[in-house]
Amino acid sequence: MTASAATGPTLVVDDLRTHFHTRAGVLKAVDGVSFTVDKGRILGLVGESGSGKSVTGFSILGLVDPPGRIAGGRILFNGEDLATASEQRLRDLRGNRIAMIFQDPMMTLNPVLRIDTQMIEALQAHQKMDRKTAFARARDALGQVGIPSPEERLRSYPHQFSGGMRQRVAIAIALLNRPDVIIADEPTTALDVTIQAQILFEAQKLCREVGTALIWITHDLSVVAGLADEICVMYAGRVVEQGPVVDVLDQPLHPYTHGLIGSVPSRNRRGRPLTQIPGMAPSPLSLPAGCSFRTRCPRADAACALPPPMAELLPGRHARCIHPHLEAVAA
Amino acid sequence: MTVTTPDRVPAVEAEAAAPAVVSPLRRFWIDFRDSKVAVAGLAGCILIVALALLAPFISPQNPYDLAQLDIMDGRLEPGAAGMDGTIFWLGTDDQGRDMLSGILYGIRISLAVGVASGVLAMAFGASMGLLAAYFGGRVDTLIMRVVDLQLSFPAILLALILVAVLGQGIDKIIIALVAVQWAYYARTIRGTALVERRKEYIEAARCLALGDARVVFRHLLPNCLPPLIVVGTVQVAHAIALEATLSFLGIGLPITEPSLGLLIANGFEYMLSGKYWISFFPGVALLLTIVSINLVGDQLRDVLNPRLQK
Amino acid sequence: MTVFLIRRLMQAVVVLFAMSLIVFVGVYAIGNPIDILISPEADQLERERAIHALGLDLPLWEQYFVFLQRALTGDLGRSFAFGAPALQIIVERMPATLELAVAAMGISILVGIPLGMWAGFRPESFGGRAIMAGSILGFSLPTFWVGLMLIMVFAVHLGWLPSTGRGETVEVLGLQLSIFTWNGWTHLLLPAFNLALFKMALVIRLTRAGMRENLLMDYVKFARAKGLSPGRVIFVHVLKNIMIPVVTILGLELGSVIAFAVVTETIFSWPGMGKLIIDSINQLDRPVIVAYLLITVSMFIFINFVVDILYSVLDPRVRLKEMKS
Repeated sequence: MTASAATGPTLVVDDLRTHFHTRAGVLKAVDGVSFTVDKGRILGLVGESGSGKSVTGFSILGLVDPPGRIAGGRILFNGEDLATASEQRLRDLRGNRIAMIFQDPMMTLNPVLRIDTQMIEALQAHQKMDRKTAFARARDALGQVGIPSPEERLRSYPHQFSGGMRQRVAIAIALLNRPDVIIADEPTTALDVTIQAQILFEAQKLCREVGTALIWITHDLSVVAGLADEICVMYAGRVVEQGPVVDVLDQPLHPYTHGLIGSVPSRNRRGRPLTQIPGMAPSPLSLPAGCSFRTRCPRADAACALPPPMAELLPGRHARCIHPHLEAVAA
Repeated sequence: MTVTTPDRVPAVEAEAAAPAVVSPLRRFWIDFRDSKVAVAGLAGCILIVALALLAPFISPQNPYDLAQLDIMDGRLEPGAAGMDGTIFWLGTDDQGRDMLSGILYGIRISLAVGVASGVLAMAFGASMGLLAAYFGGRVDTLIMRVVDLQLSFPAILLALILVAVLGQGIDKIIIALVAVQWAYYARTIRGTALVERRKEYIEAARCLALGDARVVFRHLLPNCLPPLIVVGTVQVAHAIALEATLSFLGIGLPITEPSLGLLIANGFEYMLSGKYWISFFPGVALLLTIVSINLVGDQLRDVLNPRLQK
Repeated sequence: MTVFLIRRLMQAVVVLFAMSLIVFVGVYAIGNPIDILISPEADQLERERAIHALGLDLPLWEQYFVFLQRALTGDLGRSFAFGAPALQIIVERMPATLELAVAAMGISILVGIPLGMWAGFRPESFGGRAIMAGSILGFSLPTFWVGLMLIMVFAVHLGWLPSTGRGETVEVLGLQLSIFTWNGWTHLLLPAFNLALFKMALVIRLTRAGMRENLLMDYVKFARAKGLSPGRVIFVHVLKNIMIPVVTILGLELGSVIAFAVVTETIFSWPGMGKLIIDSINQLDRPVIVAYLLITVSMFIFINFVVDILYSVLDPRVRLKEMKS
């Protein structure tokens, strides 16, 4: 465990804006995202594909490739702003204090390097350590994520593992340096449901035990429901609603969240038709002015042509909407 | 690769957002002209074809009409004037032949051999590849074994074998070039056709009980054309270079068909005495021809390759 | 692995057999060996005797059998031009060709890989574009013409390097090699560079394409997310992935370099196998032609075989698959 000097939240993302300067125009993949993650807490970052959730993750690590770049906002990690940090400083933090797990375990490990090489280099990049110690650490990390006979498996190549096992290896690599924050970008999407459940369980356990702050990026509300403490719903590069996961899922305030939840099949609404959000997510190059959801929103009216502010509508509950679903709460 | 792909490649969505009401041909041209170098290459190709076609009309002299040659004009430097006052802009060879005229006729021969062998090889190779892909099984195995075997040997070695066996002559060189190249076409088209064959339109055509030949040539072939065009472009350049090489080595075209390679070989012995132009200018012409074709081929590959579409 | 080796070996034998048949049919059946093998001045009786002695009156399949039998014992006939066994003449010239080919390969790798990596790493930069333009030129330049230009510039105009022949050689392990003398190097440099040019362009393109493709892969981003230095990401993670196709293709290209040495050797009067075959074709010295083709083909098959093994050693994925099958 590292002692983080600051007593405040581990990670504060404040009005982050990541823009891609393409030939067709400026693409605002992330446009004013704010959230906070505390030690030992899990934040679920939810949204459809293209909503900017992965770009948010990469922005935190400073891994946005050109033509994208962070155009504004702050990323405070233990009080230090990463948005303006040097590449050298970011490299020190990456994989060390802030780790990331990717979506597709079949693609994240280098196919031609053995697992031990890929694990040991992650340790040696950040601390002076001889190969033997590093090997022992790697072995322990593999054991920790539930890989049987880790010593032997370390000498294997990625293709000798199944998808679920590979994702465990990737998680083990993320855990190696005992980071303060882990950003998990849809790490279970490509896996079987049973394996997904195991990995979710282990992620949660690790988080609680070690006190790591976890950002879990997903499009799957059911994953967030069982895992996260807080939820941030993103739409077209913006956070449209955030709050404690139970409250948000029970009583969504923003029409988009409402629609999203309505489109998930669930047992207690069996027999009733699934609702769906009309239309398609707008192109990030031509977002409607004002509320970017208004073209698909059943509640939209002329007032929505002005950008709605993020407001605390209920205690601890924020949403970016001027016609929120408050009637259910009032009743 | 499902949900987050657009997240990582926002440019994809940007493209989709652009208005998409352009004809395929126009779209192709828009993509093609993206590279100025490739457009220059295309211009070069057009120019070279024009020169080849018009050679008898624009050449200062007919280089193979002995009555027009004067041995006293032999090995004149570029820009020098001959006995009768004509200026030889690119110099003359040992027989007093105007190099410019020689080159224009040389391009004609080189291009004719290259294109003829390219077209024949494409016709034969594409048929073989289609047969292999369409019928599969033993036909496929047999054809592809031969293709693999042939492709594992370099073109020049095969050409050497064939020339050694067949002897010289323009028809024999074309046979050798076709034999060397057909396998590239066969392999390319088989790869595409295998993918296309599984698509529904082929299934539909077969359900209509159309004849095999009709399905293959009317339905399958047109859909396999893009990669074939790319390979064809590159292979024509290749054929021209190979013919020039063989002719240079003295085992290609006969003296009566002076292609660029022969012109260069002709000047080889004068090179060491500093009379560079006899080899140099035909070489430049050959180089420009090949470069132009390759530039076009390169861009075609990028434009027609769906994997690289930006 | 053993099964894999044996299977490949058997394939190689089959190919060799097929090629011997093709070469035989090509040279002995399509061409008329009587005209070629027997002096035109010979009278009828001499002809008959010679035909019988050479076995040309036998049915074709028997002739092939005899040819094969003699070939297996290393007897590929006698050269008309040299009056010596064809095999011996070729083997004598082999070290020169191999030396040239290996030197050319070395140049193309040493120059091509760094350039290709740069071009792939910064494809939009001036350097990247210039390298690519150079590689298109390298592909398009006819080898023989470049050879002439090299001679013109470096031998005739500048007078820095000799234009013809092989320099002093030193005997190393029974081979006459010129890379150990300064004079040898000066003679080797131009032809080796000439021969390397085409492969250099190929290496640049392969490396660049590999670089571009691999840089977009998730494993690169993951490696960066681990906090590795850019140097380690590129020179360990990416380079190792690029090397697999590059090494495989280059290995296969070694044969083609040997074949293309025909052109370079003719221009630079390099006393190797390539110059020999051209001379032999021009002189219709058929036993040498046949011997050259058979030897080159065997060399090819051997090279392909070695590359196959090398490839499976390099790429762990193939290794496993092959071992399983």
